[in-house]
Parts: sequence; structure tokens; C-alpha cells
Amino acid sequence: MSNTFVLVLVVITALGFDFTNGFHDTGNAMATSIATKALSPRVAVGVSGILNLVGAFLSLAVAATIASGLVDTKLVTLTVVAAGLAGGITWNLVTWLFGIPSSSSHALIGGVIGATLAAAGGHAVKWHGLVSKVVLPAVLSPVIAALVAATGTWLLYRISRSLTEAARGHGFRIGQIGSACMVSLAHGTNDAQKTMGVITLALIANKTVAAGSNAPFWVILSCALAISIGTYLGGWRVIRTLGKGLVEIEAPQGMAAESASAAVILLSSSFGYSLSTTHVATGSIIGTGLGKRGAEVRWNVAGRMATAWVFTLPSAALVGAGAYGLADVIGGTLGVVIDLIILLAVAAFIYWRSRGSKVDPNNVNDEWTGSVAPAEPQPAAA
Amino acid sequence: MSWINLSALWKIVVFGLLAGAGLPAIFAMGLYSLSRGPRVQTAGGSDSDGLVGGSVVGMAVSALCFLVVLAAIGWGIYEVYKIGHPAPAK
Repeated sequence: MSNTFVLVLVVITALGFDFTNGFHDTGNAMATSIATKALSPRVAVGVSGILNLVGAFLSLAVAATIASGLVDTKLVTLTVVAAGLAGGITWNLVTWLFGIPSSSSHALIGGVIGATLAAAGGHAVKWHGLVSKVVLPAVLSPVIAALVAATGTWLLYRISRSLTEAARGHGFRIGQIGSACMVSLAHGTNDAQKTMGVITLALIANKTVAAGSNAPFWVILSCALAISIGTYLGGWRVIRTLGKGLVEIEAPQGMAAESASAAVILLSSSFGYSLSTTHVATGSIIGTGLGKRGAEVRWNVAGRMATAWVFTLPSAALVGAGAYGLADVIGGTLGVVIDLIILLAVAAFIYWRSRGSKVDPNNVNDEWTGSVAPAEPQPAAA
Repeated sequence: MSWINLSALWKIVVFGLLAGAGLPAIFAMGLYSLSRGPRVQTAGGSDSDGLVGGSVVGMAVSALCFLVVLAAIGWGIYEVYKIGHPAPAK
């Protein structure tokens, strides 16, 4: 009985994570289209939400990696999964507050691994799976994406150089819409899968389904819905950093960046690599800055992001481990409930802080002045 | 137990370049062909940005380019779907 109660709590928390994943990552697909005004902000997030929903059904390879490739499912309990999710959500919300496009995937994986370490020790983590399917792809994927995007950018400008400025802008904005749609689809195939994997992990831990099972249909559907609603609400802060902060983007660059992201993410999804769509999108945007002569990449913004990336796994792991420790000390169902109440309090606090420097569809494209929230002088938000 | 799956890596790089840079390049060729023709660089009117040049051959070539891009995307999505739904492991 109490097990079912905890399971329900865990599933709700996981869907909550999926939701934050959606709005944290809207920018990966749509930031450049919004920045070049190929799509209006509202339309962009709507289209992206729908395609995430479709993408979530397209491939299930990554869900399998998360569910059985990273930790020993025999040693995972529901408390571990709940604590891991708490770690993932906390990190997602903190980075969103600062407008840093960090990896939701790493936040989730970090949280789950931290909680597993605290609960069962190092032998419960499949280190080989972690390094070969998460850490190495994390390092390589932005580089590959940047290479592809730089090549694409160079080709696009070369082929279209005889076109008038206006014709080029018009034509590539159309292409950009198509490529942005592909990124949203790809995002569904990779990111929606992660929550499916985690819920499946919880179901395995609770013996509801056998180890090695695929995600049940209701899991796929609810995850697909959660991520698409999150996407629709739009993480305007991150969209702004990606679209305006890194590189000033023109339509051909936007198309090159998005095509590169979509191709790399879809290919990796097929191999079951749970790479970070965020890292790929950022790599592509930097690549498109490198591929066009005279374009300027704001390396200080890129550096700030990279720092956040390095800290994502360990930070989320620490929160996950802490949450597990707390739940373990209190014990049983109450421990999990208290964890989740604290998580809600943290989320409410961060939401309240974000109101102070609002970024929304109306000011998302304002001139980049070095900070996430445009215009009004804001108190030193460290 | 290799740490890095080289065969997957080179596939991601090569197919990534083909799909991620090659397809947009074909799209760009389509735009280029579309802009050829007598109406090049005329000013005024509602379609004044010179995107459609008006040459029949140009338009046919551009249509072919756009079709190739669409077909490649469709095929790619189908492949991803096929790979992503293996029979449940037993």
C-alpha cells in the first residue's frame, strides 16, 4: 500500500522533471528561429511542443539506456529514484534562473547516480556504461555538432552568395523553420526518453515490471505530454541566452545550426546515447559562429556555460545524495514525502526569484547587454 | 568493453555531416536555382526580395532540390523509428 503511494509520488515527481526538461530545452530548438524572427515566439513554442510529443514516440533506444544501462537495477529503491529526481529538478531550476542552458539529462543522471551512490555505494553504479554512454558523448557531441554546423554555415554562405540579402533572408528563414522542427522532433527522441527510463527504473524497483522491460505505454504517453507542455510554456530565459547571448545569428546560420543539431541528436538517439541536446545545440551555435567570416562568438558566455556543464553531474549528484541521506534518516514513506516537500519549497523560491527579472515572449529578443534579463538594471544576481 | 564505440562515432560524424550540412547545402542550391531568371534583382512589388527569379529550368531544379531534402528527411525519420523500436529484449 505505502509502496504504491511512494510509486505514485515518484511518477509525479518524474513527470515534474520532464516538465522542467521541456521548458529548459525549448531554446535548443527554437532559440535561433526566435532570434532571427523566422517564427513568432508563441508559434515557435507551440510547434515545438507538438513535435516533442511526436518525437517521444519515435524512438525508445535512450529510455532503455537510462532504465538499465547506468545503475544496477537490483540495488535501486523508490527512495533512490525520488532522491535522484530531486537532485535533477533542483539543478534544472537553478540553471534556468541564471539562464544557463545546462543539460537536463546530466542533471537527471547525476541525481540518480548520486542517490544510488549514497544508498548502495560505488559498486551499484555501472561506471563503464556511465562513461561510454554519457560522459564521452557529452564531451564529443558538442565538438561534432560544431564541426557539422561550421561546415554547413560555410556551404550555405558560399552557395547563396549571389542572392540578394533579402532573398537570402527570406529563403533561409523558411528552411530554418523546417530544421527547427527537426530539432524539436529529435529532442523528443532523446530527452522525453530519459524520464521514461527513470519511471521504468522506478517500476522495476517496485517490482511492478520485470528488470529489462521496455517502458509501458502509459509511461510513454504521460512523459510525451509532460515534456510537450513544458516546452510550450517556454524557458524564455534560456532561449534568450542561446538566441542572443552566444552569437548574433542570421537565418542561414540558424538553419545550419539547427540542421547540425537535429542530425547529431537523431543519430545519437538511434545508438542509444543519452547525449545532452543542450550541449549539441550550443556546440552547433558556436560552430555557426566559427563558420562565417566576421561572426563573433562570445566566448565568455560560452565559457560560463561550459563551467556549468562540468558542474552539472557532480552538483546534481550531491543534491541527489543529500536527498537520499535525508530520506534515509527520516525513513520510509515520510522520508520521501519530506524530500519532495523541500523540493517544492525550493522550486517555489526559485520561481519567486525569477519574477524579479522576468524574461517573456515580449522581451526575449531585446538587445544583449550581458545579462539574462534585458534592460532594467537588476540587482547583482550572482 | 571498449570505452568508446568507434564505429558509432564515425557514423555519427559522417552521417551528421551528410544530413546536417549536406541537406541544408542542397536546400541552398534550391534557393540559388529558384533565384535565377529574368526577374533577378527587380525592385518593387510584393515579392520584391528576388527570391523567385522566374526561370522555368531554375524552378524545376529548385523543386528537385527541395524534394530531395524532404525525401531524405522522411527516410531518416523512418530509419530512426525502425532502429528505435527493437523487439523487447528477453
